[in-house]
Amino acid sequence: MADMTSTDERAAAHDLLPPPGPIRLIDADGVRLDGTAHPLPPLDVLVRLHRRMVTGRRFDRQSAALTRQGRLAVYPSSLGQEACQVGAVLAMDEADWLFPTYRDCVALVARGLDPVEALTLLRGDWHCGYDPYLHRVAPQCTPLATAALHAVGLADAARRRGDELAVLAFLGDGATSEGDAHEALNFAAVYRAPVVFFVQNNQWAISVPLSRQTKAPTLAHKAVGYGMPGVQVDGNDAAAVHAVVAHALHAARAGAGPALVEAVTYRMDPHTNADDAGRYRDEAEVAEWRRRDPIARLERYLRTAGALDDAALHAVEEAAEREAAELRARMAQEPRVEPADLFAHVLARPSAQLRGQAALLAEELAAEGGAPAGPQEAR
Amino acid sequence: MSANGPTMAQALTAALRDSLRADPSVLVYGEDVGPLGGVFRITDGLTAEFGEERCFDTPLAEAGIVGTAIGHAMYGLRPVVEMQFDAFAYPAFEQITSHLAKTRNRTRGRIALPVVVRVPYGGGIGGVEHHSDSSEVYYTHTPGLRVVTPGTPADAYRLLRAAIACDDPVIFLEPKRRYWSAGEPGSVPGAASGESPPAPQPEELDRAEVRRSGTDVTLIAYGPTLATALEAAEAAEEEGWSAEVVDLRTLAPFDDATVTASVRRTGRAVVVHEAAAFCGYGAEVAARITESCFHWLEAPVLRVGGFDIPYPPPKLEHHHLPGVDRVLDAVARLQWDAPVPAASGGRGRS
Ligand SMILES: Cc1ncc(C[n+]2csc(CCOP(=O)(O)OP(=O)(O)O)c2C)c(N)n1
Repeated sequence: MADMTSTDERAAAHDLLPPPGPIRLIDADGVRLDGTAHPLPPLDVLVRLHRRMVTGRRFDRQSAALTRQGRLAVYPSSLGQEACQVGAVLAMDEADWLFPTYRDCVALVARGLDPVEALTLLRGDWHCGYDPYLHRVAPQCTPLATAALHAVGLADAARRRGDELAVLAFLGDGATSEGDAHEALNFAAVYRAPVVFFVQNNQWAISVPLSRQTKAPTLAHKAVGYGMPGVQVDGNDAAAVHAVVAHALHAARAGAGPALVEAVTYRMDPHTNADDAGRYRDEAEVAEWRRRDPIARLERYLRTAGALDDAALHAVEEAAEREAAELRARMAQEPRVEPADLFAHVLARPSAQLRGQAALLAEELAAEGGAPAGPQEAR
Repeated sequence: MSANGPTMAQALTAALRDSLRADPSVLVYGEDVGPLGGVFRITDGLTAEFGEERCFDTPLAEAGIVGTAIGHAMYGLRPVVEMQFDAFAYPAFEQITSHLAKTRNRTRGRIALPVVVRVPYGGGIGGVEHHSDSSEVYYTHTPGLRVVTPGTPADAYRLLRAAIACDDPVIFLEPKRRYWSAGEPGSVPGAASGESPPAPQPEELDRAEVRRSGTDVTLIAYGPTLATALEAAEAAEEEGWSAEVVDLRTLAPFDDATVTASVRRTGRAVVVHEAAAFCGYGAEVAARITESCFHWLEAPVLRVGGFDIPYPPPKLEHHHLPGVDRVLDAVARLQWDAPVPAASGGRGRS
């Protein structure tokens, strides 16, 4: 009577278990490792990863500076996590979807979003500044792990429609404790949804270390309990992140179902500009991770491989500098906010009450002599 | 109401069936909604007719159901999901309030979420704790959601069809103790003839309806208490009061125009619902009537609601649920013999 799912539908636990130790293709000194499970991405991909990481970091530093100048309300830096964000995003196909967290602005820019639109949420002129359908990037938002379920739903919808695409869902290590992370992993496995959960384990959830989140051997091990493969990757090795994520996305597109990738990395900056990391962690720990810098590592490898010299590096840095200057200039302009927008998108068809309130605000603004903000029908 | 037409449950099933027929992007899913047909059998026969791909069982997790529905809708599907009972929708609360309600606004209208969350709600079925909550104001207080609740089988069909066709997320509250009440024969299109009419116009989701005309007092009810209010109106007639009954149908947005017009005609109003009266939906209705009808009112607007207690156990629930007598008591308290102020130049009705 009961639906006894046949055992052949379920993978054996040992097929799902993460291989021991994080997968690494290039070590911290920039040396290519032998006998790795994945081939090294081609040189042109590595060069692109390097360039994007350099511009990504410059963007991150610029955003942090803009916050100090009061141009952003808040900024969660991803300094030190560039290999994760760039490596994973460059592994995506154009048709794939990205579900980022608030910490993933570098990933957004790597995906091709306009940096100003990527910063809209943090600047405070609207919640989401970009068109999610344009680059297939879901809106960033702060409630932890909740978007993982949206990612599973979207992936499942694509599967139902027979569209060959995969979804990359970012999560933080702290967020893996949330109930929605559990439900997302479980639904994904049951639906065989083409989704790859990409956990950036940056060791800290604000002030709380990973040891307080879980007693699992690694976060990657959690996958086994849901019936999907888990794998740990060195999150400061862009080549490894790219290879592992590309492999998982490819498998998902081909109908193999979901996977969980844990990228072991480190949040070099405080949680946000408003945080004081000195209250909970030692500078020695930060210094230790500074030695494993993801950009320096790839740079060393590329130099050894003859794919990067001083002139090429200089050109990359100059390009990053130009982008930062452009961002600075554009962010120096006050954003245009439109009060009528407050009412325009609450419902597809605004209610009588919303139309009334929009008119009221328009009257207030007219009385103040401000910009006219007539009640606006939703598009 | 004492008719032998289709029941509300049958009307809801018909609405789901016709929506699945009309639009291939509609999906129906939830806990036990597949082969079993749902614990209330509202999805009865749908998996058989439309297959596992269109009507199916999910893992048992409400946040997961609503969260994945959001993702489905982002990709162009129109999910209709079932929460097994009112109180079991609470695990989905964050997905509903933080995402289902806000995503259109968050993205300046770029992402629409045409998701219907069906929730059997309210008491009166002898359910043990957690099976009888009136949870409407949790949702009506959340901008971005439409909240709809039918009081008759005909409306159950019309409103559910309109909700599924609507581009906004809709919390569709089904008064479970009225599931088995029959409506007028022929009140549910297609139920007998087998034809599926097109979905009603979206404006269907903005309107209250006057269910019974009267001149002395307006009884305002919705969902499970519509039948109570209609019964009370009959009884009031015998006591010499002519009661009008307004069925709100759509709790959000609120149809101010219909309610205001009625109360301006009658000069008195009583709001009837099962939920605890404190900060209940009736508080909003009373406030709005006071704002729009002050000069027309002969008496304070009264609320008849449940007590401000956790929902009682089955053996005690009849004390809690507002019945006909409690409604009549409220009507009796509407200052029927208060003198007309001499200087006012009349009663302010126009
Ligand atoms: C549901 C929820 N609870 C609490 C918070 C507040 N909060 C924001 S970020 C954060 C830490 C998250 O840590 P992690 O998931 O490891 O991601 P990281 O910030 O390190 O990238 C907390 C507690 C939140 N955003 N959402």
